[in-house]
Amino acid sequence: MSAPAEHGISTSDLCLWYGAFQALKRVDLEVKHGLITALIGPSGCGKTTLLRCFNRVNERYGSVTTTGLIRIRGKNVYDADVSLIELRRRVGMVFQRPNPLPLSVYENVVFGLRIHAEKRPPKSVLDEAVEKALTEVGLWKDLRDRLQAKATGLQLEQQQKLCIARLLPLKPEVILMDEPCSALDVEGTRAIEELMFALKGKYTILIVTHNMAQARRASDECAFMLLGELIEHTRTENLFLNPSNPKTAEYIEGRYG
Amino acid sequence: MSLPRSPERPAGRGRLAVLFEQAIELLIRLCGISAIVFVFGIFFFVFREGAPYLAQLDLGAFLFSSDWYPSNDPAHYGAGALLLGTLSVTLLAMLMAVPFGLGAAVFVSEFSAPRTREVLKIVIELLAAVPSVVWGFIGMSVLGPLIKDVFQVPLGVNMFNAALLLALMSVPIIVSIGEDALKAVPDSYREAALALGATRWQTVFRMLFPAAKNGLLAAVLLGVGRAIGETMAVLMATGHSARIPTSLFDPVQTLTATIAAELGEARQGSEHYQVLFLIGVLLFTLTFAVNLTADLVVKGIRRK
Ligand SMILES: Nc1ncnc2c1ncn2[C@@H]1O[C@H](COP(=O)(O)OP(=O)(O)OP(=O)(O)O)[C@@H](O)[C@H]1O
Ligand SMILES: [Mg+2]
Repeated sequence: MSAPAEHGISTSDLCLWYGAFQALKRVDLEVKHGLITALIGPSGCGKTTLLRCFNRVNERYGSVTTTGLIRIRGKNVYDADVSLIELRRRVGMVFQRPNPLPLSVYENVVFGLRIHAEKRPPKSVLDEAVEKALTEVGLWKDLRDRLQAKATGLQLEQQQKLCIARLLPLKPEVILMDEPCSALDVEGTRAIEELMFALKGKYTILIVTHNMAQARRASDECAFMLLGELIEHTRTENLFLNPSNPKTAEYIEGRYG
Repeated sequence: MSLPRSPERPAGRGRLAVLFEQAIELLIRLCGISAIVFVFGIFFFVFREGAPYLAQLDLGAFLFSSDWYPSNDPAHYGAGALLLGTLSVTLLAMLMAVPFGLGAAVFVSEFSAPRTREVLKIVIELLAAVPSVVWGFIGMSVLGPLIKDVFQVPLGVNMFNAALLLALMSVPIIVSIGEDALKAVPDSYREAALALGATRWQTVFRMLFPAAKNGLLAAVLLGVGRAIGETMAVLMATGHSARIPTSLFDPVQTLTATIAAELGEARQGSEHYQVLFLIGVLLFTLTFAVNLTADLVVKGIRRK
């Protein structure tokens, strides 16, 4: 299954500073389209920071400086003709804590469509999008009669699935997931992983995880970061069976974490 | 609810400590209850002063007649114009204060840089600290002549003047409570909206307002309460004349200003005196209704 992979995300010489603190050091990363890539590394090594570069939400904080190149599907995200809004439509993000908007289930799913539409989308379009997106994440059966219920009142697992569902109507190319299962129990984790498998192929999926077992069973490729640097990036079974860098070996053996 | 207490006390705590704890508990309980007692007490005493007149009160005339001639013989006590005065000035004030106040709250909480925010908050708090008699003075001596010139009206002290003052007085409340409400919206919601590609304005209108609506409603209603209850500034700036207004620039007279202006002259226990207390009851009912609606609306939203 290793046909020449399409371009997903690539960075070259990416550095990022929070004020004077350098959180990313010369990261060169190639994430392939259509695969699930896991990003692992000890706490504070910059996984979240790296992920947040790709849809440029890091720029919310005033003191952030970024240098280097970031390409999403071949296009430099810092090009002058890139609209931040369009970039974020193409690059969806799932957060560590499920954060559905404090609106109804229905409004959560169509939120993206509403804000990106030139003029008010007709109700039939929205209805269809809701059914399609919820079906895709496996929530339709449970929620079809509760579309007007408040999303923040759902179970955590449903909330996280909803957070994935609300990306889909926007037809993103990349889905970034920052420890999407850390707030979920075993069942919820399994459900999200199955969902990732179902979505695989159509999207570039990049998932940050602390859970070594999860990285192992759910990803095609795996990247290991340490103290802001990318140490190793290869096929998942390679990384776990014969890591080329001794630091990687120590980490996956659980010497530090 | 009291949990079953274990019979033995932790070592080192004598009977005195236990007694002390019980005393504190009692004190706190009393503080809680006292709020209720005060509210009912105030209502009771105001009502008691006005009650003797109830026997001869024609409720329809009291509420809807605009003949307020307390010193005629026979006197007429139609508070309709006063009620309308209060309602119209308050409504007009809110039409100005709510958009402005909520807009300022959004700016302070979402758009301003930390430095600007601090400065703005201090200025807004200063605005809240201006005594109402000073506002009245500004209304009479600054706004009045200005309104006269700009709008070419014969009288500068009128409904519009007072409403403008009331708006300025309730804006600080709306801003500070509103800002608190917006601040209370978790940042993760903002990130969610931004990461979906929302602009800052879309985030405000589509996410923030729905998320903070209870708090924003509370802010608005507290502003309304401030405006209804305000006395001194409206006494000075409304023109204080008990007529049904037909334009924004007609003088009006409010319930509060009537009490303030006439209670001193009314002989204690006289009809006029009793009617003024009934007006107090009317005011009380009005603010109570505003607060109750607020509570019910907020609860209703929450249940959904
Ligand atoms: N907004 C910020 N301002 C300043 N420093 C920050 C900020 N966010 C993160 N950092 C620092 O940058 C480094 C990388 O943080 P980051 O959150 O990317 O790590 P992480 O790998 O996601 O960690 P975790 O596994 O705990 O989520 C940390 O040392 C952190 O303290
Ligand atoms: Mg993180």
